[in-house]
Amino acid sequence: MTNRVVILGGGTGGTLTANRLRRLYEPSDVTITVVDQDDRHVYQPGLLFVPFGLTHPEDIVRPRRRQLHRGIDFVESAIDHVDIEADNVHLVDGTTLPYDVLVVATGAVLVPEETEGLTGPGWMEKVFTFYTSEGATALEAAFAAFDGGRIVINVVDLPIKCPVAPLELCFLADWYFTERGMRDRVELTYVTPLDGAFTKPVASEHLRGMLAEKGVELVTEFNTGEVDGAGGRLVSYDGREVPFDLAVVVPLHGGAPYVARSPGLGDDLNFVPTDEHTLQAKAAPNIFVIGDAANVPASKAGSVTHFEGETVVENVRRFLEGEPLRAGFDGHANCFIETGFHKALLIDFNYDTEPLTGHYPNGFGLPLLKESGLNHLGKLMFQWFYWHSLLPGRDIPGIGSTMPTTGKHLSGKD
Amino acid sequence: MSTTTIAAVDVELNDEGFFVHPEQWTEEMAPELARREGIDTLSDAHWQVIRFMRSEFFAKGTGPTVRVLGKTSGVSVKELYQLFPKGPAKIAARIAGIPKPRGCI
Repeated sequence: MTNRVVILGGGTGGTLTANRLRRLYEPSDVTITVVDQDDRHVYQPGLLFVPFGLTHPEDIVRPRRRQLHRGIDFVESAIDHVDIEADNVHLVDGTTLPYDVLVVATGAVLVPEETEGLTGPGWMEKVFTFYTSEGATALEAAFAAFDGGRIVINVVDLPIKCPVAPLELCFLADWYFTERGMRDRVELTYVTPLDGAFTKPVASEHLRGMLAEKGVELVTEFNTGEVDGAGGRLVSYDGREVPFDLAVVVPLHGGAPYVARSPGLGDDLNFVPTDEHTLQAKAAPNIFVIGDAANVPASKAGSVTHFEGETVVENVRRFLEGEPLRAGFDGHANCFIETGFHKALLIDFNYDTEPLTGHYPNGFGLPLLKESGLNHLGKLMFQWFYWHSLLPGRDIPGIGSTMPTTGKHLSGKD
Repeated sequence: MSTTTIAAVDVELNDEGFFVHPEQWTEEMAPELARREGIDTLSDAHWQVIRFMRSEFFAKGTGPTVRVLGKTSGVSVKELYQLFPKGPAKIAARIAGIPKPRGCI
């Protein structure tokens, strides 16, 4: 009998899951259908470079269906809701897709309208986000025209995709305005709801030092209640204010809207409650979740999604064959942090081990938590790996899905 | 971790002042815990949040974040900051005797 796997979302997680499953099963054994509302697959890490003119939106987007291997169906439609009792996906175009296994891979969406004033006067004029192609493009023009003043980079609240990206934007802005010979006329301020530069203590301390070194002021425990674009100020819920001439804001995130219309599937923020080790949804045994859509306590990042792929595909197979699931995912994340001046840091961590110093993936590898030109090359090369190795569902040589400990200073000291 | 006496009962708190064993908490302890956070009197609105935090914790295994509280507790985020000025989720969790809400990474 033929099993039907329906995958919601044709981004990083949906694409690599589909391609891995296609290699595992013949089309006569398992049909695979991927659903997405559009055919534009954006290489999201590339958005960081757009405001600085280092890449262009059209260079980081490809058709979704072209990333899917032969024998995978692609349906271009928005999703209305999932009926988890009847094992059906209802599409906005009226089609119903019945499934034996559902993989939720619809990521996270931005909800700027949840913050007072953010999309009001000044939005896309002096208040920007670089988390969309349109926002990153508008910010490029604004940076190019900027003739000095106060730039504020603000994270409204977590979770966000790629929690290091706003820090990278600070570092690159320092580089960019230095190159233009006007760094002394630009004040940079990083405003975060966290009590430090980052969530994990060792990395937070390193990154705090780097902000200071680059002359970026750090404002912590700032819970943005209002963005006043016309008045040029951020206002926190406890009444503090940070003035700006130009603000780069990372808006609140939530899960995809159809999750709210699917009884029993999501939580209050529309993320999908998921077992953090098996990646099975709490809602039903035949639903698995990969990437930013899940509520697991891991970073919302492509590397996490890549490392989750092995576990999701193995557990879909085990579910179809009636075997017990494997608790295989350890929360592994791995991020290059671009620091400007052709250098980058690398961090590597999981649920239990915070980012440490040392080398990755072993004692002879790339330096961890340390600025290096090699890491910058790694970051640039990664886009090639993304299209040619990660999305096709191949393992990257030498990079395992669980976090390596060799090469790391486990005491957390240099 | 340390043992502290709250309302004449010994309870265990972690380094950040959160209860290690939420079942050690009783309603009698709340006013004293609140005073330690600089809140002199607990209003009905405070109690609404405290009870909501505890029921969410026992139902879901973690206390809600400020944003989720604002969406689900019936008290807006703005009011939450008026009630617990130094950070609603953290302060209310301490007073409600539950662990630190598991924030996101």
